[in-house]
Amino acid sequence: METNSVLQQYGDFIQQIIFTLPPGVLIPLFFAFLIAITKGTNAKRIRLLALIGTVIPVLWFILIAIQFRWTGGIGDQYIGVSSWFDQIGLKFSFAADSVSMLLVGLTVLLGPICVLASTTAITERLKTYYCWLLILQGAMTGVFIARDIILFYTFFEFTLVPLYILINLFGSSPANRKAAATKFFLYTFTGSVIALAGLLYVAWQHKTASLHNAWSFDMGVLASTAHKMTFTEQCWVFWALLAGFAIKVPLFPVHTWLPQAHTEAPTAGSVILAGVLLKLGTYGIFKFVLGFCPAACTFYAPTLAVLSIIGIVYAGLICWVQTDVKKLVAYSSVSHLGYCVLGLFALNAVGISGSILYMINHGLSTGALFLLIGMVYERYHTRSLKELGGLARIMPIWASFMVFFTMASVGLPGLNGFVSELFCTLGAFQAGGVSFDHGVKLLPGATWGTLGPWYAVAAGTGVIITAMYLLYMLGIIVWGPLNVPGGHGHGHAHDAAHDSHAKLPTDLCAREIGLLLPLAALCLILGLFPGPILRTLEDPADNVARFIQTHGRDRLQKDDPRLTPANDAENAGAPIRPPIIHGPSSEGRSARPSTLRTTTPPTTPAPKSDASPKPEGSH
Amino acid sequence: MDSKLTLLWPEITLFITTCVVMILGQSKHKDSRNLAPWLCAIGLVASGLFAWLGRDISAASSVFVDHPWLGKLIKGASIPSTTLLPNLPYYGKMIVAAVGLVMLPMMAGSADGDLEASAGHGKPWDALRSTRGEFYSFFLFSLSGLMLCSSANDLIFLFLALELTSLPTYVMVALSTSRNRSMEAGVKYFFLGALGAAVFLYGFTLIYGAAGSTHFDAIARIFAAQIANGGLNQLALLGIVLALLGMCFKIAAVPMHFYTPDVYQGASASVAGFLAFVPKAAGFFAIMLLCSLVGWGFGDNHQHLPDALRTMLWVLAALTMTVGNVLAIMQNSVKRMLAYSSIAHSGYMLVGIVAGPGPDGAPFSRNGLAAVLFYLGSYAVMTLGAFAVLASLQRKNANGKMEEADDIDDLRGLALTRPLLGWTMVLSAMGLLGLPPLLGFLGKVPLFTSGIGAGEVPLVIVLGINSAIAAYYYLRLAYVCFIEQPETLPSAPKVELSEFFKARRMTGVLSMAAVVGLALSAGYLADMAQLGATYQPVHTFHPPATPEPAADEAAPAASNAEPLPG
Repeated sequence: METNSVLQQYGDFIQQIIFTLPPGVLIPLFFAFLIAITKGTNAKRIRLLALIGTVIPVLWFILIAIQFRWTGGIGDQYIGVSSWFDQIGLKFSFAADSVSMLLVGLTVLLGPICVLASTTAITERLKTYYCWLLILQGAMTGVFIARDIILFYTFFEFTLVPLYILINLFGSSPANRKAAATKFFLYTFTGSVIALAGLLYVAWQHKTASLHNAWSFDMGVLASTAHKMTFTEQCWVFWALLAGFAIKVPLFPVHTWLPQAHTEAPTAGSVILAGVLLKLGTYGIFKFVLGFCPAACTFYAPTLAVLSIIGIVYAGLICWVQTDVKKLVAYSSVSHLGYCVLGLFALNAVGISGSILYMINHGLSTGALFLLIGMVYERYHTRSLKELGGLARIMPIWASFMVFFTMASVGLPGLNGFVSELFCTLGAFQAGGVSFDHGVKLLPGATWGTLGPWYAVAAGTGVIITAMYLLYMLGIIVWGPLNVPGGHGHGHAHDAAHDSHAKLPTDLCAREIGLLLPLAALCLILGLFPGPILRTLEDPADNVARFIQTHGRDRLQKDDPRLTPANDAENAGAPIRPPIIHGPSSEGRSARPSTLRTTTPPTTPAPKSDASPKPEGSH
Repeated sequence: MDSKLTLLWPEITLFITTCVVMILGQSKHKDSRNLAPWLCAIGLVASGLFAWLGRDISAASSVFVDHPWLGKLIKGASIPSTTLLPNLPYYGKMIVAAVGLVMLPMMAGSADGDLEASAGHGKPWDALRSTRGEFYSFFLFSLSGLMLCSSANDLIFLFLALELTSLPTYVMVALSTSRNRSMEAGVKYFFLGALGAAVFLYGFTLIYGAAGSTHFDAIARIFAAQIANGGLNQLALLGIVLALLGMCFKIAAVPMHFYTPDVYQGASASVAGFLAFVPKAAGFFAIMLLCSLVGWGFGDNHQHLPDALRTMLWVLAALTMTVGNVLAIMQNSVKRMLAYSSIAHSGYMLVGIVAGPGPDGAPFSRNGLAAVLFYLGSYAVMTLGAFAVLASLQRKNANGKMEEADDIDDLRGLALTRPLLGWTMVLSAMGLLGLPPLLGFLGKVPLFTSGIGAGEVPLVIVLGINSAIAAYYYLRLAYVCFIEQPETLPSAPKVELSEFFKARRMTGVLSMAAVVGLALSAGYLADMAQLGATYQPVHTFHPPATPEPAADEAAPAASNAEPLPG
């Protein structure tokens, strides 16, 4: 009995420590610290520490994922709040809903892959490299689980520094990497400072609106009052937040930093950049832009959709003329992320859940493509389509993976890209013509304030373009006439200057295959059985869609549908307050004929009617 | 009288230590002279402890209160000196003792460094040429003056305390290195300091002329009466304006900031670090006390200073931070950069003064005075870290003599070659920049929130823009330490560790520990600052039942009859 209760206590204690969210941040940081204080430059020890520091989070994630209740509309779980600077409303506050959990899962999965992928690529300043890689891991995990906007911003900002250092010190060409790193830093830093201003404005209006006149930076608390801002305020906040998040995504006019950063970044840096960092932008849009300014989102949805579509098509066409494979994949990221944003601004459950799914899928397939390109680059020290070709003959395993992941990226039915691309486009298609009947339809199907079939059609051309440029790339690099630098057919790098890589075999070694297999398996599983993951996304997406219906569309409709920001300023004196909904339950909203959520994913059952709708992010 | 003495226990402890250090400094034996810093540490710990025990009678545990003599001591110490800012002394003294302790290791080798270095190389030890005893006693004199500033309740008291703070610093600057430059810096600092003192002394006399009393409580009451009867005496306003202008010298704010870079560069890094905190803290204590004389009861919502003062401080704050940050960008000397950053930070803190303590019972986020006190402590530990790094390094100059590292290129690749120093520099720079979640950010947030709460939104926007400008040079510091490769050219001056780096590095380590510790437990420091910034406007401690003797006479002469509160 005695021992049992002691064991029980220990068990509870361990339970309390492990089944919380902070370990996801603290474990990588702790190992980064261990690496920093390691004496000497024993490469094996440093790599081992880095590997342990990324594998433990994977195990931790598996444990908490098992206990996590993925469906049922519970929303935030593993809520942990501890006091920090209560006097001004700052708290250490962590929680995760299913969206956060999926993205955390992607982050921790890519961790060990990045560490292992750097084994032969990075041979100098190992300590600095792995240290910052682990810090980056911790910061990215932190972004997804933070529930205090200052904490969120801290992590968001702190992902910049490690990647800046990784590109600046370990980039592929010493001549250009500094410029690329600086451009990356300046772009994203400027954007995020403006986003901070927007977030602080939201906190301020909460303070002035709240009864206690107290500051709070809690996301849920802020989301409960932010939508009450006047329309003009919402527009300002909308653009301020977008300045930060759209640069990170990156959306069409502000995407120019990305190809440069990708080209110069080391392989692991590219994998993380494409896999997770770009998702910080879309996650931010999902969490803050949609959650804080629903009316402005409704108003500007077509604008954003047009920008995304331009991005999809324009970046796709740029891809077509690239000769650098890595740059090609980088531009394809811009194109793909356009679907993500399009799905979000469809503002309906289908589009939003498709967009979140796309975040995961893009992370898997594009991350793997960058890994594959890195593997070739390690062997031949070139990424140019003019110098590489027909690798299927000498690297069959590599070529098979390349074809597989390219197909996943193209969106071949049966692989993961298809489902999410379909959902994003479908969301845009269905968004039209359901919300307003004020006779202001500009084109058949395209309604003012929402997207419509025409948007879906325009985005659909992107699918064709994607197929064109990716198959064009495959045609040269995999199936074309054999062409490798340093002699035909020999297949290994003869360059004496790089004999450190000479130990790499012609085709992939076991380590490299091991890196790609889990990604490939996930691509296949998510492609064949997207049902479970879509079901977990149903509630958050549905909540956001309904939230926007209530506080965005209905509100604008009540005001004046053709309201412009200019003449809203005159009305600002008497802003129309939408029915204020406190807490998760609201009869009015469920009773409202919400035409937007009539469509349900074909692979999932109808949304449970008992799932109580609640504003996004509130606890 | 008895209670007055017990209130001053922290200062008395420091003063006794100072005397012991000074006498020991005359000893012929090297060993007893070497005791000086240790004695200083003991004195600082003891006085900090006294200040902490007396901070709040209700917060002290009953064990101490019931103690036969300690309890008496505490009860005595809890009697406030001025009824306007009754708790300022406790916070002030505690923070002075704590920052003094952090600063102390950095002072190693400041006084007779050359002498010790030559003695180390076999030359005989010349007791007569050693200035160690004097240096450390001046150090403590200045700190006890600073403590007295925070507990001043009288114009003359305040003036003497300010002079006790400043006079030793003039000597410390001149003694700090053997170069002529520190002599120059010392003389420059002395003359401009004297000018500043003359300005605020003139202001004090005008205040006395307008109020007819030197006691703060009495002055505040008379001013309140004047305001109730048709407005503040113009003489009083002029007096306060002049006194504040004089304080601008102490805090290195705009019209009186010109000396700062030259003096910081001329002094050794250790003494420059001292200058970055001690006169600034003294100036801010004095500014808070002077502003509390008229109080923050004006404006539409009765939460502002009188319009003239508000406008002046507003403009000074905006100018100070802008000038400081813009000029800091152009510097290549790290000391000058930190000097301009010190100017800029004074500007930030003036925002808190403009915002004022807010309405009665305002929360911490609205209390500008608490924000200033909080920021003062955070700024001190962050900037000391940066100065400690500079003090730990030396390089060979063109004449082949060793001198302290100062050029920004001396820091190249510091995080690679000397990780501890490099990281200290990076953390300090990032903290001063105000990067979340570091201490500098946590310190800046209350300044923002209190400014917004007081309705000074344009000033807060200026503050925000300045924080962005400041990013340029702080990031440059971090970049140089972190990204750049150490200089490998043979022509470049070789940077090595100073002989006293072990002790001086301690300051860096302590300040980093404080930065991390305070960032994690910011709530605790905020509570203390909130307590320290307790502000009681005149009407609350002077019930209307007692009619103002000077209520119907605006003439200041009549108020001579005003009895001084015991």
